[in-house]
Amino acid sequence: MSGAGHDPAVLDKLCPMHLLLSASGRIRHAGPTIQKLRPQAPLAGRRFLDTVTVKRPRGIAGMEDLRRAAGVKLHLAFRDAPRTELKGLLVPLGDRRLIVNLSFGISIFDGVQDYALTNADFAATDLAIEMLYLMEAKSAAMEASRRLNLRLQEARIAAEEQAFTDTLTGLKNRRALNAVLERLITAGEGFAVMHVDLDYFKAVNDRLGHAAGDHVLQVVARIMQQETRSSDMVVRLGGDEFTVVLPDVRSEGILRGIGQRIIDRLEEPIHFKGEVCKVSASIGTVWIQRGDRRSRDVVLANADAALYASKHAGRARHTFFDPALRARGGMVAAPVEKGGG
Amino acid sequence: MHGLINRSIQNYFCANYGQRLWADVAARAGLDFTEFEAMLTYPDHVTPAVLEAVCAVLDRPLAEVMEDVGTFLVAQPGYEAVRRLLRFGGVSFSDFLQSLDDLPDRTRLALSELHLPPVELREDPDGQYSLICEAPLVGYGYLMMGVLRAMADDYGALVLLEHCGRSEGAEALKIILVEAEFSEGRRFELGARA
Repeated sequence: MSGAGHDPAVLDKLCPMHLLLSASGRIRHAGPTIQKLRPQAPLAGRRFLDTVTVKRPRGIAGMEDLRRAAGVKLHLAFRDAPRTELKGLLVPLGDRRLIVNLSFGISIFDGVQDYALTNADFAATDLAIEMLYLMEAKSAAMEASRRLNLRLQEARIAAEEQAFTDTLTGLKNRRALNAVLERLITAGEGFAVMHVDLDYFKAVNDRLGHAAGDHVLQVVARIMQQETRSSDMVVRLGGDEFTVVLPDVRSEGILRGIGQRIIDRLEEPIHFKGEVCKVSASIGTVWIQRGDRRSRDVVLANADAALYASKHAGRARHTFFDPALRARGGMVAAPVEKGGG
Repeated sequence: MHGLINRSIQNYFCANYGQRLWADVAARAGLDFTEFEAMLTYPDHVTPAVLEAVCAVLDRPLAEVMEDVGTFLVAQPGYEAVRRLLRFGGVSFSDFLQSLDDLPDRTRLALSELHLPPVELREDPDGQYSLICEAPLVGYGYLMMGVLRAMADDYGALVLLEHCGRSEGAEALKIILVEAEFSEGRRFELGARA
């Protein structure tokens, strides 16, 4: 053989990680970058198979095995620490000498760190630098995106806290209730507030767990929206407490009808994963007449008083507020009998 | 314009003049927020408005501000990522200059949304260089001048830089490489973790 293949200076430029092996498998020359991986002593003079182990193809014990692996992708690793893994390609020269060109493959990221390599250690045509650049650029971009996501997550939590919606049921929440009541009271309009408290809900939660409880709350929410008018606002105050704000009520009869339908529908069995959940509801209602300006706290306290009267009178009842209820400290008053009214 | 550019201007300003004065800039620029998000995109008219507000609040010319922003991007501790990514461009400063034509493409590899204006390096008959910067943003050439000045320091090269004015939407820089290895420069190892 003659020409460039034998000139170490040429190969050092084109393949700075190549090794030239003698016919007997001794390293005759090492490219400048592969030499940087073993800075203590020159690689030239050492036996190739004592320096690296061939992991694949398997079963390479001597030079004749190695020769047969010419042209095949070799998986190699240094025998001494750091045991950097390398990819290799072996090409025999005509005179039984061998050229092994090496590269880091995917271990490039550890390789450049372990050996403090610079751009100059790679051939200009080698994509290693671009790969390192890309990894570093992408990592920086990912980190920036991760920080953005964290901030967005925080903003989402803050927005949820300010939101008017109950996330479990999709109903309005207490914040929304307060806003609507303020608006109705300020406008001096007539409206009714109907507190609806589930009966036996705790038993469902205790017996079948929170998933069942959540399911019941979602079904209840749906029923309450179906049984009220589109102009009414259904609110989940928290736990198993609900409230309906009903603007523009013309008669007590309308309120009784809605209350009764809610109780009847809620008493229908609710199925959850093969189990049957049974709840009912107690209702307390306050009806504010047009021009009857009371504060929000008073309106809600009166609805509470009516609700407690229903609870105390046995469950599944609907009580209308009457000033006597509060005078008696929220104790039993004449509730509307179930099925009556 | 990509948020990274706006955010860089904000970071430069806040690092040097403080958060409180930045609120003045945001108000003067007509922003309804104070914090730019690096990974979001903003309408193109925002960046010139912010730069104009920065100049007005500081009472400094645009050219100076842009050059400072460019230097800040490379030299500011904590902005190590930019310096390192630029250093991937070449072994020496002249090598780095030759890599500038690829800068917009390299940038897009990292962030597909970030479109930097094209730049073109020309070798002049006297052996020196000109850099033609397309500058949709007025003063972009000055920003590049700040980047080059800081990168020259980083490589340890001694250079003279001159802005040759703006015409037809492009700004030209004259780069005179006085001495390639004037000082040690800063080390750059491929594997260092920024």
